[in-house]
Amino acid sequence: MSSVAVIDYGMGNLHSIAKALQHIPANPDVTVSDDPKRIMQADRIVLPGVGAIGDCMAALKTTRLDEVVREAAQHKPLLGICIGLQIMLDESEESGTTQCLGIFPGRVSKFPENNVDDNGDKLKIPHMGWNTVTQQHHPLWDNIPDNSRFYFVHSYHARPEQSEHCVGTSCYPYEFSCALAKDNIFAVQFHPEKSQRYGLQLLENFIHWDGQS
Amino acid sequence: MALAKRIIPCLDVDAGRVVKGVRFVDIRDAGDPVEIARRYDREGADELTFLDITASSGNRETMVHVVEQVAGEVFIPLTVGGGIRKLEDIRRMLNAGADKVGINTAAVFDPEFVKQAANRFGSQCIVVAIDAKQISAENQQPAWEIFTHGGRKATGIDAIQWAVKMVEFGAGEILLTSMDRDGTKSGFDLQLTRAISDAVNVPVIASGGVGNLQHLADGVKIGKADAVLAASIFHFGEYSILEAKQFMAEQNIEMRLE
Repeated sequence: MSSVAVIDYGMGNLHSIAKALQHIPANPDVTVSDDPKRIMQADRIVLPGVGAIGDCMAALKTTRLDEVVREAAQHKPLLGICIGLQIMLDESEESGTTQCLGIFPGRVSKFPENNVDDNGDKLKIPHMGWNTVTQQHHPLWDNIPDNSRFYFVHSYHARPEQSEHCVGTSCYPYEFSCALAKDNIFAVQFHPEKSQRYGLQLLENFIHWDGQS
Repeated sequence: MALAKRIIPCLDVDAGRVVKGVRFVDIRDAGDPVEIARRYDREGADELTFLDITASSGNRETMVHVVEQVAGEVFIPLTVGGGIRKLEDIRRMLNAGADKVGINTAAVFDPEFVKQAANRFGSQCIVVAIDAKQISAENQQPAWEIFTHGGRKATGIDAIQWAVKMVEFGAGEILLTSMDRDGTKSGFDLQLTRAISDAVNVPVIASGGVGNLQHLADGVKIGKADAVLAASIFHFGEYSILEAKQFMAEQNIEMRLE
Protein backbone atom coordinates (compact mmCIF):
# COMPACT_ATOMS: atom_id res chain seq x y z
CA MET A 1 0.00 0.00 0.00
CA SER A 2 1.24 3.45 -0.86
CA SER A 3 1.90 5.79 2.04
CA VAL A 4 1.59 9.56 2.09
CA ALA A 5 2.60 12.07 4.75
CA VAL A 6 0.92 15.45 5.15
CA ILE A 7 3.42 17.87 6.68
CA ASP A 8 1.96 19.43 9.82
CA TYR A 9 3.84 22.63 10.55
CA GLY A 10 0.99 24.17 12.49
CA MET A 11 -0.52 26.11 9.61
CA GLY A 12 -3.94 25.43 8.31
CA ASN A 13 -6.58 22.85 7.98
CA LEU A 14 -4.80 19.57 7.45
CA HIS A 15 -7.85 17.51 8.22
CA SER A 16 -9.50 18.28 4.90
CA ILE A 17 -6.54 17.07 2.90
CA ALA A 18 -6.09 13.99 5.10
CA LYS A 19 -9.77 13.11 4.80
CA ALA A 20 -9.73 13.52 1.03
CA LEU A 21 -6.65 11.28 0.73
CA GLN A 22 -8.34 8.66 2.90
CA HIS A 23 -11.42 8.79 0.69
CA ILE A 24 -9.82 8.07 -2.69
CA PRO A 25 -9.94 4.56 -4.18
CA ALA A 26 -6.16 4.06 -3.91
CA ASN A 27 -6.72 3.98 -0.15
CA PRO A 28 -3.23 5.15 0.84
CA ASP A 29 -1.84 4.99 4.35
CA VAL A 30 -2.17 8.66 5.41
CA THR A 31 -0.03 10.24 8.15
CA VAL A 32 -0.34 13.82 9.35
CA SER A 33 2.94 14.54 11.10
CA ASP A 34 5.48 17.11 12.22
CA ASP A 35 8.14 14.44 12.81
CA PRO A 36 10.82 14.57 10.08
CA LYS A 37 11.58 10.86 10.43
CA ARG A 38 7.98 9.77 9.99
CA ILE A 39 7.48 12.17 7.11
CA MET A 40 10.54 10.87 5.28
CA GLN A 41 9.40 7.28 5.75
CA ALA A 42 6.34 7.92 3.57
CA ASP A 43 6.48 7.20 -0.16
CA ARG A 44 5.13 10.63 -1.01
CA ILE A 45 4.62 13.94 0.70
CA VAL A 46 2.00 16.70 0.71
CA LEU A 47 2.87 20.27 1.69
CA PRO A 48 -0.35 22.15 2.49
CA GLY A 49 -0.73 25.68 3.85
CA VAL A 50 -3.24 28.45 4.39
CA GLY A 51 -3.10 31.92 5.87
CA ALA A 52 -0.23 34.36 5.55
CA ILE A 53 2.89 33.12 3.76
CA GLY A 54 5.18 34.92 6.23
CA ASP A 55 3.69 32.91 9.09
CA CYS A 56 3.90 29.70 7.05
CA MET A 57 7.55 30.24 6.17
CA ALA A 58 8.39 31.15 9.77
CA ALA A 59 6.61 28.03 11.03
CA LEU A 60 8.43 25.81 8.53
CA LYS A 61 11.77 27.21 9.65
CA THR A 62 11.01 27.05 13.38
CA THR A 63 10.05 23.40 13.09
CA ARG A 64 13.01 22.82 10.73
CA LEU A 65 10.54 21.13 8.41
CA ASP A 66 11.83 23.36 5.60
CA GLU A 67 14.81 20.98 5.47
CA VAL A 68 12.44 18.03 5.14
CA VAL A 69 10.66 19.71 2.23
CA ARG A 70 14.00 20.45 0.53
CA GLU A 71 15.12 16.88 0.99
CA ALA A 72 11.82 15.44 -0.23
CA ALA A 73 12.02 17.75 -3.23
CA GLN A 74 15.19 15.93 -4.29
CA HIS A 75 13.63 12.54 -4.86
CA LYS A 76 10.07 11.92 -3.53
CA PRO A 77 6.76 12.70 -5.20
CA LEU A 78 5.87 16.01 -3.54
CA LEU A 79 2.55 17.85 -3.83
CA GLY A 80 2.23 21.48 -2.77
CA ILE A 81 -1.24 22.94 -2.18
CA CYS A 82 -2.21 26.64 -2.02
CA ILE A 83 0.46 28.35 0.15
CA GLY A 84 2.30 25.04 -0.26
CA LEU A 85 2.74 26.05 -3.90
CA GLN A 86 3.58 29.69 -3.25
CA ILE A 87 6.21 28.78 -0.69
CA MET A 88 8.10 26.83 -3.40
CA LEU A 89 8.92 30.03 -5.31
CA ASP A 90 11.94 32.26 -4.50
CA GLU A 91 9.99 34.96 -2.71
CA SER A 92 6.57 36.50 -2.14
CA GLU A 93 5.58 40.14 -1.95
CA GLU A 94 3.18 39.21 0.89
CA SER A 95 4.12 40.32 4.44
CA GLY A 96 6.72 42.80 3.11
CA THR A 97 8.94 40.45 1.17
CA THR A 98 9.03 36.84 2.31
CA GLN A 99 11.97 34.69 1.28
CA CYS A 100 10.68 31.25 0.33
CA LEU A 101 12.12 27.86 -0.56
CA GLY A 102 13.31 28.63 -4.09
CA ILE A 103 12.37 25.27 -5.56
CA PHE A 104 10.87 27.05 -8.58
CA PRO A 105 12.58 30.27 -9.75
CA GLY A 106 10.09 33.12 -9.64
CA ARG A 107 8.00 35.34 -7.40
CA VAL A 108 4.56 35.48 -5.84
CA SER A 109 2.51 38.63 -6.49
CA LYS A 110 -0.82 40.00 -5.34
CA PHE A 111 -3.79 40.30 -7.69
CA PRO A 112 -4.21 44.02 -8.36
CA GLU A 113 -7.25 45.71 -6.83
CA ASN A 114 -9.87 47.23 -9.10
CA ASN A 115 -9.65 44.72 -11.91
CA VAL A 116 -12.91 44.16 -13.75
CA ASP A 117 -14.31 41.26 -15.75
CA ASP A 118 -15.72 41.30 -19.30
CA ASN A 119 -19.02 42.72 -18.02
CA GLY A 120 -17.24 45.54 -16.23
CA ASP A 121 -17.95 44.02 -12.82
CA LYS A 122 -15.38 44.42 -10.06
CA LEU A 123 -13.24 41.32 -9.45
CA LYS A 124 -13.16 40.60 -5.75
CA ILE A 125 -10.06 39.69 -3.78
CA PRO A 126 -9.57 36.96 -2.64
CA HIS A 127 -10.11 35.08 -5.88
CA MET A 128 -12.62 32.68 -4.32
CA GLY A 129 -14.63 29.93 -5.95
CA TRP A 130 -14.55 27.54 -8.90
CA ASN A 131 -12.43 28.52 -11.87
CA THR A 132 -11.32 26.64 -14.97
CA VAL A 133 -7.82 25.22 -15.25
CA THR A 134 -6.20 24.87 -18.67
CA GLN A 135 -3.77 21.98 -18.58
CA GLN A 136 -0.31 21.39 -20.00
CA HIS A 137 0.57 17.76 -20.40
CA HIS A 138 1.34 16.04 -17.09
CA PRO A 139 0.37 12.63 -15.62
CA LEU A 140 -1.38 14.30 -12.68
CA TRP A 141 -4.08 15.53 -15.08
CA ASP A 142 -4.95 11.98 -16.19
CA ASN A 143 -8.71 11.39 -16.39
CA ILE A 144 -9.43 15.08 -15.73
CA PRO A 145 -10.95 16.89 -18.73
CA ASP A 146 -9.05 20.00 -19.83
CA ASN A 147 -10.62 23.22 -18.47
CA SER A 148 -12.31 21.45 -15.54
CA ARG A 149 -13.13 23.70 -12.62
CA PHE A 150 -11.29 23.64 -9.30
CA TYR A 151 -11.90 25.51 -6.05
CA PHE A 152 -9.60 28.47 -5.39
CA VAL A 153 -9.20 30.84 -2.49
CA HIS A 154 -6.18 33.14 -2.63
CA SER A 155 -5.10 36.76 -3.06
CA TYR A 156 -1.58 36.09 -4.35
CA HIS A 157 -0.41 34.01 -7.29
CA ALA A 158 2.85 32.52 -8.55
CA ARG A 159 4.86 34.00 -11.40
CA PRO A 160 7.39 31.31 -12.32
CA GLU A 161 10.38 32.51 -14.36
CA GLN A 162 10.60 29.39 -16.49
CA SER A 163 7.55 28.79 -18.61
CA GLU A 164 8.25 25.04 -18.74
CA HIS A 165 7.45 24.86 -15.02
CA CYS A 166 3.87 25.99 -15.63
CA VAL A 167 1.55 23.02 -16.22
CA GLY A 168 -1.79 24.71 -15.56
CA THR A 169 -3.26 28.17 -15.94
CA SER A 170 -6.39 29.97 -14.88
CA CYS A 171 -7.73 33.47 -15.55
CA TYR A 172 -8.61 36.31 -13.14
CA PRO A 173 -8.95 38.31 -15.35
CA TYR A 174 -5.46 37.75 -16.79
CA GLU A 175 -3.90 34.33 -17.18
CA PHE A 176 -1.86 33.13 -14.19
CA SER A 177 0.01 29.94 -13.34
CA CYS A 178 -2.02 27.75 -11.00
CA ALA A 179 -0.09 24.48 -11.38
CA LEU A 180 3.69 24.12 -11.39
CA ALA A 181 5.76 21.01 -11.95
CA LYS A 182 9.29 19.79 -12.39
CA ASP A 183 10.71 16.31 -11.96
CA ASN A 184 9.09 14.75 -8.86
CA ILE A 185 7.34 17.95 -7.74
CA PHE A 186 3.80 19.10 -8.52
CA ALA A 187 2.10 22.08 -6.92
CA VAL A 188 -1.35 23.61 -7.27
CA GLN A 189 -2.82 26.92 -6.18
CA PHE A 190 -6.34 25.52 -5.94
CA HIS A 191 -7.60 23.05 -3.33
CA PRO A 192 -7.94 19.54 -4.78
CA GLU A 193 -9.33 18.36 -1.43
CA LYS A 194 -12.25 20.79 -1.91
CA SER A 195 -12.67 20.39 -5.67
CA GLN A 196 -15.05 17.46 -5.67
CA ARG A 197 -14.46 14.62 -8.14
CA TYR A 198 -11.73 16.17 -10.26
CA GLY A 199 -9.88 17.23 -7.12
CA LEU A 200 -10.08 13.69 -5.77
CA GLN A 201 -8.95 12.39 -9.17
CA LEU A 202 -5.87 14.61 -8.99
CA LEU A 203 -5.07 13.23 -5.51
CA GLU A 204 -5.62 9.70 -6.83
CA ASN A 205 -3.22 10.44 -9.69
CA PHE A 206 -0.66 11.75 -7.19
CA ILE A 207 -0.84 8.53 -5.17
CA HIS A 208 -0.16 6.50 -8.32
CA TRP A 209 2.49 8.86 -9.65
CA ASP A 210 6.07 7.62 -9.88
CA GLY A 211 7.46 11.14 -9.86
CA GLN A 212 8.31 11.19 -13.56
CA SER A 213 6.86 13.87 -15.77
CA MET B 1 -13.93 31.22 -19.15
CA ALA B 2 -13.88 32.81 -15.78
CA LEU B 3 -14.59 32.40 -12.13
CA ALA B 4 -18.05 30.88 -11.62
CA LYS B 5 -20.75 32.40 -9.44
CA ARG B 6 -21.61 30.04 -6.61
CA ILE B 7 -24.84 28.45 -5.40
CA ILE B 8 -24.79 27.59 -1.71
CA PRO B 9 -27.61 25.61 -0.09
CA CYS B 10 -27.96 26.38 3.61
CA LEU B 11 -29.02 23.83 6.21
CA ASP B 12 -30.29 24.69 9.68
CA VAL B 13 -29.09 22.15 12.21
CA ASP B 14 -30.56 21.72 15.69
CA ALA B 15 -28.83 19.25 18.00
CA GLY B 16 -27.32 17.40 15.06
CA ARG B 17 -30.51 17.19 12.99
CA VAL B 18 -31.50 19.21 9.95
CA VAL B 19 -34.66 21.13 10.72
CA LYS B 20 -37.07 23.28 8.73
CA GLY B 21 -37.99 20.06 6.94
CA VAL B 22 -36.04 18.97 3.98
CA ARG B 23 -38.56 17.17 1.81
CA PHE B 24 -36.95 14.97 -0.78
CA VAL B 25 -39.03 11.99 -1.77
CA ASP B 26 -35.98 9.83 -2.30
CA ILE B 27 -34.17 10.59 0.92
CA ARG B 28 -34.48 8.05 3.69
CA ASP B 29 -33.83 10.33 6.61
CA ALA B 30 -34.69 13.97 5.93
CA GLY B 31 -33.04 15.01 9.17
CA ASP B 32 -29.66 13.49 8.46
CA PRO B 33 -27.17 16.24 7.61
CA VAL B 34 -24.75 13.81 5.98
CA GLU B 35 -27.35 12.36 3.63
CA ILE B 36 -28.60 15.80 2.63
CA ALA B 37 -25.05 17.11 2.16
CA ARG B 38 -24.26 14.16 -0.12
CA ARG B 39 -27.39 14.84 -2.14
CA TYR B 40 -26.56 18.53 -2.65
CA ASP B 41 -22.98 17.65 -3.52
CA ARG B 42 -24.19 15.25 -6.24
CA GLU B 43 -26.54 17.92 -7.61
CA GLY B 44 -23.62 20.31 -8.02
CA ALA B 45 -23.73 22.58 -4.96
CA ASP B 46 -20.62 24.77 -5.04
CA GLU B 47 -20.38 24.96 -1.25
CA LEU B 48 -22.49 24.03 1.75
CA THR B 49 -23.40 26.18 4.73
CA PHE B 50 -24.55 24.76 8.04
CA LEU B 51 -26.22 27.05 10.50
CA ASP B 52 -26.19 25.68 14.03
CA ILE B 53 -29.40 26.85 15.66
CA THR B 54 -28.98 24.64 18.73
CA ALA B 55 -30.32 26.62 21.64
CA SER B 56 -28.39 25.05 24.49
CA SER B 57 -24.63 25.41 24.45
CA GLY B 58 -24.36 21.94 25.99
CA ASN B 59 -25.32 20.47 22.63
CA ARG B 60 -22.68 22.34 20.66
CA GLU B 61 -20.40 19.34 20.52
CA THR B 62 -23.00 17.65 18.33
CA MET B 63 -22.29 20.16 15.56
CA VAL B 64 -18.61 19.23 15.63
CA HIS B 65 -19.54 15.61 14.92
CA VAL B 66 -21.87 16.66 12.10
CA VAL B 67 -19.06 18.63 10.47
CA GLU B 68 -16.63 15.72 10.93
CA GLN B 69 -19.00 13.30 9.25
CA VAL B 70 -19.89 15.60 6.36
CA ALA B 71 -16.25 16.57 5.77
CA GLY B 72 -15.34 12.89 5.52
CA GLU B 73 -17.72 12.37 2.61
CA VAL B 74 -18.30 15.61 0.80
CA PHE B 75 -15.32 17.33 -0.79
CA ILE B 76 -16.54 20.86 -1.42
CA PRO B 77 -16.10 23.86 0.91
CA LEU B 78 -18.09 23.78 4.14
CA THR B 79 -19.05 26.84 6.17
CA VAL B 80 -20.38 26.58 9.70
CA GLY B 81 -22.18 29.43 11.42
CA GLY B 82 -24.12 29.85 14.63
CA GLY B 83 -22.64 30.09 18.09
CA ILE B 84 -19.11 30.99 16.98
CA ARG B 85 -17.97 33.24 19.84
CA LYS B 86 -14.42 32.30 20.74
CA LEU B 87 -11.20 31.45 18.91
CA GLU B 88 -11.54 27.99 20.41
CA ASP B 89 -14.93 27.56 18.67
CA ILE B 90 -13.29 28.35 15.33
CA ARG B 91 -10.36 26.02 15.95
CA ARG B 92 -12.71 23.15 16.78
CA MET B 93 -14.81 23.66 13.66
CA LEU B 94 -11.77 23.94 11.37
CA ASN B 95 -10.24 20.84 12.94
CA ALA B 96 -13.51 19.01 12.40
CA GLY B 97 -13.22 19.77 8.67
CA ALA B 98 -15.01 23.10 8.19
CA ASP B 99 -13.28 25.45 5.76
CA LYS B 100 -14.90 28.66 6.92
CA VAL B 101 -16.84 29.87 9.91
CA GLY B 102 -19.61 32.45 9.95
CA ILE B 103 -19.41 35.06 12.71
CA ASN B 104 -22.45 37.22 13.37
CA THR B 105 -23.49 38.33 16.85
CA ALA B 106 -20.01 37.90 18.34
CA ALA B 107 -18.62 40.35 15.77
CA VAL B 108 -21.11 43.00 16.82
CA PHE B 109 -20.36 42.60 20.52
CA ASP B 110 -16.62 42.49 19.97
CA PRO B 111 -15.37 43.58 16.53
CA GLU B 112 -11.80 42.83 17.66
CA PHE B 113 -12.80 39.16 17.69
CA VAL B 114 -12.93 39.24 13.89
CA LYS B 115 -9.43 40.74 13.79
CA GLN B 116 -8.07 38.11 16.14
CA ALA B 117 -9.78 35.33 14.21
CA ALA B 118 -8.43 36.53 10.86
CA ASN B 119 -4.92 36.92 12.27
CA ARG B 120 -4.97 33.49 13.81
CA PHE B 121 -6.68 31.45 11.10
CA GLY B 122 -6.46 33.62 7.97
CA SER B 123 -9.08 35.81 6.34
CA GLN B 124 -9.96 33.03 3.90
CA CYS B 125 -11.90 31.20 6.61
CA ILE B 126 -13.63 34.15 8.25
CA VAL B 127 -17.10 34.92 6.92
CA VAL B 128 -18.86 37.79 8.65
CA ALA B 129 -22.63 37.30 8.55
CA ILE B 130 -24.66 40.49 8.44
CA ASP B 131 -28.41 40.59 9.09
CA ALA B 132 -29.74 43.90 7.78
CA LYS B 133 -33.09 45.68 7.77
CA GLN B 134 -34.04 48.75 5.78
CA ILE B 135 -34.62 51.73 8.06
CA SER B 136 -35.17 54.42 5.44
CA ALA B 137 -38.59 55.36 4.12
CA GLU B 138 -39.60 54.87 0.46
CA ASN B 139 -38.60 58.37 -0.66
CA GLN B 140 -35.42 58.66 1.40
CA GLN B 141 -31.81 57.79 0.59
CA PRO B 142 -31.78 54.02 1.25
CA ALA B 143 -30.20 52.95 4.54
CA TRP B 144 -29.99 49.64 6.38
CA GLU B 145 -29.25 48.80 9.97
CA ILE B 146 -27.75 45.57 11.28
CA PHE B 147 -29.62 43.36 13.69
CA THR B 148 -28.48 40.49 15.91
CA HIS B 149 -30.18 37.51 17.53
CA GLY B 150 -31.83 36.36 14.34
CA GLY B 151 -33.09 39.83 13.49
CA ARG B 152 -34.68 40.59 16.84
CA LYS B 153 -32.22 43.09 18.28
CA ALA B 154 -31.45 46.40 16.62
CA THR B 155 -27.90 47.69 16.98
CA GLY B 156 -28.03 51.21 15.54
CA ILE B 157 -25.11 50.28 13.24
CA ASP B 158 -25.25 51.16 9.55
CA ALA B 159 -24.97 48.00 7.43
CA ILE B 160 -22.69 49.41 4.73
CA GLN B 161 -20.26 51.01 7.18
CA TRP B 162 -20.27 47.79 9.16
CA ALA B 163 -19.43 45.68 6.10
CA VAL B 164 -16.52 47.97 5.23
CA LYS B 165 -15.25 47.83 8.81
CA MET B 166 -15.49 44.04 8.98
CA VAL B 167 -13.44 43.70 5.79
CA GLU B 168 -10.84 46.07 7.25
CA PHE B 169 -10.79 43.83 10.33
CA GLY B 170 -10.08 40.78 8.20
CA ALA B 171 -13.36 39.27 6.98
CA GLY B 172 -12.64 37.28 3.82
CA GLU B 173 -16.27 37.15 2.74
CA ILE B 174 -19.60 38.73 3.68
CA LEU B 175 -22.79 36.69 4.07
CA LEU B 176 -25.53 39.26 3.70
CA THR B 177 -29.09 38.48 4.77
CA SER B 178 -31.99 40.84 4.29
CA MET B 179 -34.24 40.45 7.33
CA ASP B 180 -37.01 42.18 5.40
CA ARG B 181 -36.94 39.50 2.73
CA ASP B 182 -35.98 36.40 4.72
CA GLY B 183 -38.80 33.87 4.46
CA THR B 184 -40.89 36.02 2.10
CA LYS B 185 -39.96 34.30 -1.19
CA SER B 186 -40.12 37.72 -2.84
CA GLY B 187 -36.45 37.81 -3.89
CA PHE B 188 -33.24 39.28 -2.48
CA ASP B 189 -33.08 42.91 -1.43
CA LEU B 190 -31.15 43.79 -4.58
CA GLN B 191 -30.51 47.39 -3.62
CA LEU B 192 -28.92 46.30 -0.34
CA THR B 193 -26.91 43.55 -2.02
CA ARG B 194 -25.62 45.94 -4.66
CA ALA B 195 -24.74 48.60 -2.09
CA ILE B 196 -22.69 46.18 0.01
CA SER B 197 -21.05 44.49 -2.98
CA ASP B 198 -19.98 47.87 -4.35
CA ALA B 199 -18.68 48.97 -0.95
CA VAL B 200 -16.35 46.04 -0.26
CA ASN B 201 -13.65 44.25 -2.22
CA VAL B 202 -14.29 40.74 -0.85
CA PRO B 203 -16.93 38.31 -2.17
CA VAL B 204 -20.52 38.88 -1.04
CA ILE B 205 -23.05 36.06 -0.60
CA ALA B 206 -26.65 37.21 -1.03
CA SER B 207 -29.24 35.58 1.24
CA GLY B 208 -32.84 35.97 2.27
CA GLY B 209 -35.97 35.89 0.16
CA VAL B 210 -35.34 33.47 -2.69
CA GLY B 211 -38.61 32.12 -4.08
CA ASN B 212 -37.68 31.21 -7.64
CA LEU B 213 -34.73 30.82 -9.97
CA GLN B 214 -34.98 34.30 -11.43
CA HIS B 215 -34.35 35.63 -7.94
CA LEU B 216 -31.02 33.80 -7.88
CA ALA B 217 -30.03 35.21 -11.27
CA ASP B 218 -31.08 38.71 -10.22
CA GLY B 219 -28.93 38.47 -7.11
CA VAL B 220 -25.89 38.07 -9.33
CA LYS B 221 -26.84 40.27 -12.28
CA ILE B 222 -28.48 43.17 -10.46
CA GLY B 223 -27.27 42.71 -6.88
CA LYS B 224 -23.71 41.93 -8.08
CA ALA B 225 -23.45 39.10 -5.56
CA ASP B 226 -20.57 36.66 -5.99
CA ALA B 227 -22.59 33.80 -4.55
CA VAL B 228 -26.24 33.13 -3.73
CA LEU B 229 -27.50 31.24 -0.72
CA ALA B 230 -30.90 29.65 -0.42
CA ALA B 231 -32.63 27.10 1.75
CA SER B 232 -36.27 26.33 1.20
CA ILE B 233 -36.42 26.33 -2.62
CA PHE B 234 -33.88 23.52 -2.62
CA HIS B 235 -35.02 21.69 0.51
CA PHE B 236 -38.57 21.29 -0.65
CA GLY B 237 -37.47 19.91 -3.99
CA GLU B 238 -39.05 22.79 -5.90
CA TYR B 239 -35.84 23.12 -7.87
CA SER B 240 -32.67 21.09 -7.94
CA ILE B 241 -29.30 22.81 -7.69
CA LEU B 242 -28.55 21.67 -11.23
CA GLU B 243 -31.76 23.25 -12.56
CA ALA B 244 -30.83 26.48 -10.81
CA LYS B 245 -27.35 26.43 -12.32
CA GLN B 246 -28.63 25.70 -15.81
CA PHE B 247 -31.17 28.50 -15.50
CA MET B 248 -28.47 30.96 -14.46
CA ALA B 249 -26.06 29.76 -17.16
CA GLU B 250 -28.78 30.41 -19.78
CA GLN B 251 -28.75 34.02 -18.61
CA ASN B 252 -25.03 34.19 -19.38
CA ILE B 253 -23.93 33.83 -15.79
CA GLU B 254 -20.69 31.87 -15.46
CA MET B 255 -21.53 28.62 -13.60
CA ARG B 256 -19.83 25.33 -12.79
CA LEU B 257 -21.88 22.79 -14.73
CA GLU B 258 -19.68 19.75 -15.34
